[in-house]
Amino acid sequence: MSAPALLIDNLSVEFRTRSGVVKAVENVTISVGKGETVAIVGESGSGKSVTAYTAMRILDAAGRVTGGRIMLGAVDLLTLRESELAELRGREIAMIFQNPRSALNPIRPVGRQIADVLIRHANVPRALAAQRAVELLQAVGITDPARRAKAYPFEMSGGMCQRVMIAIALAARPSVLIADEPTTGLDVTTQAVIMELIADLAVDIRMATVFITHDLALAGQHADRIVVMHAGHVVETAPTAALFAWPRHPYTAQLIAATAESAASLQELASIPGSLPDLQRADLPPCRFSQRCHLKTTACDQTLPSLSPNSTHAVACWNPLQ
Amino acid sequence: MIPLLAVTDLTKRYPVGKPGPLSRLRQRQNTEPRPQVYAVDGVSFTIAKGETVGLVGESGCGKSTLVRLVTRLIDPTSGAILFDTRDLSELPARRFARDRDRPRIQMVFQDAGESINPRFSAFDAIADPLRRLRGLKGAALKAKVERAAGQCGLPLALLTRYPHQLSGGQRARVGIARAIAVEPELLVLDEPTAALDVSVQVVVLQLLARLRAELGMSYLFVSHDLNVVRLLCDRILVMYLGKIVEAGPARMVFNDPLHPYTQALIAAVPRLDRKAAFRVRLSGEARSPIDPDPDVCRFFGRCPHGTSACTERMPRLAPVGPKREVACHRVDVGSFQSVG
Repeated sequence: MSAPALLIDNLSVEFRTRSGVVKAVENVTISVGKGETVAIVGESGSGKSVTAYTAMRILDAAGRVTGGRIMLGAVDLLTLRESELAELRGREIAMIFQNPRSALNPIRPVGRQIADVLIRHANVPRALAAQRAVELLQAVGITDPARRAKAYPFEMSGGMCQRVMIAIALAARPSVLIADEPTTGLDVTTQAVIMELIADLAVDIRMATVFITHDLALAGQHADRIVVMHAGHVVETAPTAALFAWPRHPYTAQLIAATAESAASLQELASIPGSLPDLQRADLPPCRFSQRCHLKTTACDQTLPSLSPNSTHAVACWNPLQ
Repeated sequence: MIPLLAVTDLTKRYPVGKPGPLSRLRQRQNTEPRPQVYAVDGVSFTIAKGETVGLVGESGCGKSTLVRLVTRLIDPTSGAILFDTRDLSELPARRFARDRDRPRIQMVFQDAGESINPRFSAFDAIADPLRRLRGLKGAALKAKVERAAGQCGLPLALLTRYPHQLSGGQRARVGIARAIAVEPELLVLDEPTAALDVSVQVVVLQLLARLRAELGMSYLFVSHDLNVVRLLCDRILVMYLGKIVEAGPARMVFNDPLHPYTQALIAAVPRLDRKAAFRVRLSGEARSPIDPDPDVCRFFGRCPHGTSACTERMPRLAPVGPKREVACHRVDVGSFQSVG
């Protein structure tokens, strides 16, 4: 296997807050190969967005990386200066944010926003940038792109704004794309079109895609591999089909059982008992799921089993489901 | 049997554009009528006692306007809203707020975190409608609030807390407890689980199903999560640009959608591990809801099957078989088959 396009290696992130230190992400390892789509799935508070933001080095000022590396090819992003990062962002690694309307500049026409990226990151001469921006709008499926290029974000629908953001993210043909809940808030019909658009473009330029979502079914439909996170830990990682067919971590199994897509009736849906542990506690159990887990044994209070790095279906559990 | 709610030919239009000096002048001269958004356009449906009806459709299709009309928060342009044989459409919304039927129709809003007054404790949030609509106070009020909280599985110890001190699931329970406290017969739910994580969503859905069984309420359940609608609802209404395009029993609509829009909608729902399945995709943009051509099907332009017939005559919602209705020229009424 060739070197991954993006390797998040043993990453730990803490937040210092007034009420204490929150261990938001702990020893998270995720690797994404060229042309591969990896979905990070988890509920709110699972650390999936913190992981993504850290990979982009746009973590909130209160956040601090306490360990690990973010390898983009042979470069550790965590060691770079801001000026060096600016050279890589947009060109090598790009991000699509949740809620496109607030992520775009509200007082700049969308064509100009795309042109900005082309000039800054894709070495496109200023004179050609406007024309290239129109071509990109066309490529993301916006009808009448020449007219739309002059529009402001508020004049466009949510789906169109998301297309614009995709055009911006992919303008410089990055090798890694991080998509943070790119379709949350969009209609299902638009969601399907946007997800397929990202997938098609990713195939075109052999881009590694990290797709962050809380929607297990959507991840199942679009990812090659799924990483399940719970309370800042990766609990299971597996190829998509294997994860759904043989979930091994109790949390993954419960998450699948709680997903409305899988059930024939409301009674069949199973809720997940308990809630996320308080990540500020000093005495967090090694397995952060143990208090919600029906398979807990004394071994669970000792150490957390590490995910075996070489197996394709890895699980962090002493008593995995068979 | 008389349905609990019967909506007939309900229409709501909004004028667009600010009446600036020029448009005021134009109006005075009456040369050009102001353009109007047809938010809800000739919608008819019924809800039986104890029935759960799901309302689905994309954002901007008029779901929320329809819900506001039914709950009488806004006034319709025309049409009738028969609630238990009484026509509520004539009553101005302002008057309905103090009407004897107000407690009988209640609403659960989308995000309880946003819709509950942040300076109200959970107790006050639930007590507010009881005070205003039932005139309760003191011990009687406390008993009712605690009963509603209990029915919604909200621990009484949490009643002193403020919304920001509650989790998303607990806030959703407060929003539901507040609505059922006055013992409504029709509960209108506007995406009650949209802001929740899956594990919490399950609990809230099961709570809603239990309350329905215990209290015998009818639900009008608005959502764009079709899977949730499929699990909770008896019947589905599919809305597109102000019109109902398909109606029928949830299971039948899901398994065999007839209208091309419903087909695309259901095909777009992600299913666990169904990567290579055949899918219908919509291209193009929705037609404008501003002064739409009354003879052109609203779906024309995005519809994969649109023909010239669709631009000459607006398809009407017509019965297909005993239980279903669909508004499409391509659906053969005789054979109950979608031609698409």
